[in-house]
Amino acid sequence: MSAPIIEVRIPTILRPYTKNEKVVSAEATNLAELIAALDKSFVGLGDRLLENGELRRFINIYINDEDVRFMGSLAATLKAGDSVTILPAVAGGC
Amino acid sequence: MTRYESLEASLGHTPLIGLPKLSPKTEADKPVVRLWAKLEDRNPTGSIKDRTAIAMIDDAEKTGKLKPGATILEPTSGNTGISLAMVAKVRGYNLICVMPENTSIERTQILEMWGAKIIYSPAAGGSNEAVRVAKELAAQNPDWVFLYQYGNPANTLAHYRTTGPEIFEDLPTITHFVAGLGTTGTLMGAGKYLREKNPNIAIIAAEPRYGEVVYGLRNLDAGFVPELYDASVITRRFSVGAEDSVRRVKELLEVEGIFAGISTGAILHAALGVANECVAAGVGADIAFIVCDAGWKYLSTGIYGKDSDSEVLDGQLWA
Repeated sequence: MSAPIIEVRIPTILRPYTKNEKVVSAEATNLAELIAALDKSFVGLGDRLLENGELRRFINIYINDEDVRFMGSLAATLKAGDSVTILPAVAGGC
Repeated sequence: MTRYESLEASLGHTPLIGLPKLSPKTEADKPVVRLWAKLEDRNPTGSIKDRTAIAMIDDAEKTGKLKPGATILEPTSGNTGISLAMVAKVRGYNLICVMPENTSIERTQILEMWGAKIIYSPAAGGSNEAVRVAKELAAQNPDWVFLYQYGNPANTLAHYRTTGPEIFEDLPTITHFVAGLGTTGTLMGAGKYLREKNPNIAIIAAEPRYGEVVYGLRNLDAGFVPELYDASVITRRFSVGAEDSVRRVKELLEVEGIFAGISTGAILHAALGVANECVAAGVGADIAFIVCDAGWKYLSTGIYGKDSDSEVLDGQLWA
């Protein structure tokens, strides 16, 4: 069985790596696989997301709107229909 | 007792309101899942930030950092500035707010009404830019008092001492606490208190997701994580888009009659998501969430209109 195809939303700041595509896709069963697959298609993107094998401090990744850091981080599992969003960390208010 | 010696003294003790219609329906033989809204708009200037502002100023006075007639500087997307402006006016300080230029017009009007001066930061980069500009100004003007809500422990402590205990006293059966993630003060403070009372309480963060302008950082290193943030206090964290936030804030108005600001829509969306998970799992829950402020300051965005949609918020900083 092949891995599910996952849709990934790319923030403006990383679009130079994806030829300005806002949404790209890759096959993966977990986040680590997804980032590896993305890096194969878009060389250099993996380096912008990871540092020493961990998510970079100012990068947030969400699976269906939930922060992966609370779902096992790079081990977070992916299934068909999941949507992944990558965003830089920004300050909020309220 | 509802008599207070002054406006400031009426801070906190806000009502926790049940949402009988918005809480998900459960089968008669299944445990009940209930939603509770803590109405923080019932504070002196109408937002949860009164707790932060008064705590930071009290602390700065106690430690001697803040002297009579001093000038206070703060990066804010609005509510903290409004709270500080009121307290500064009453206690005789000057206030300078650094605010992103893409916030609603009402926030500027209210700040100026209380005598605050505003320095605008560029829309691109959102609050990150306001923080950066404020840090620069603080370095250039050492005589200004930089309270800095993103890194000031008095912010967290305010919620540890007031918001958390108030919720636990009103709802000892609480299973989930949901609040917005901005400076992170509310979640860190109230979350820590609730966890100490009952380690099984889930602490859930709802972070508003803005349009692209706000994420228009010059480079990734311009990203920002508030100094107060401690991930170990939080159980789960959601990023909620403008469309879901607007839909929920309208639902809250139409179904329960509560007129809340837009960021509350993001928080309610996360709370309802968790509530529905509890129903599906057949477990009972008492879910308390924060209503940060009322909707008055966001009327100019047009989102409360019948035919409005979330696109009007594109590029705006609404929380």
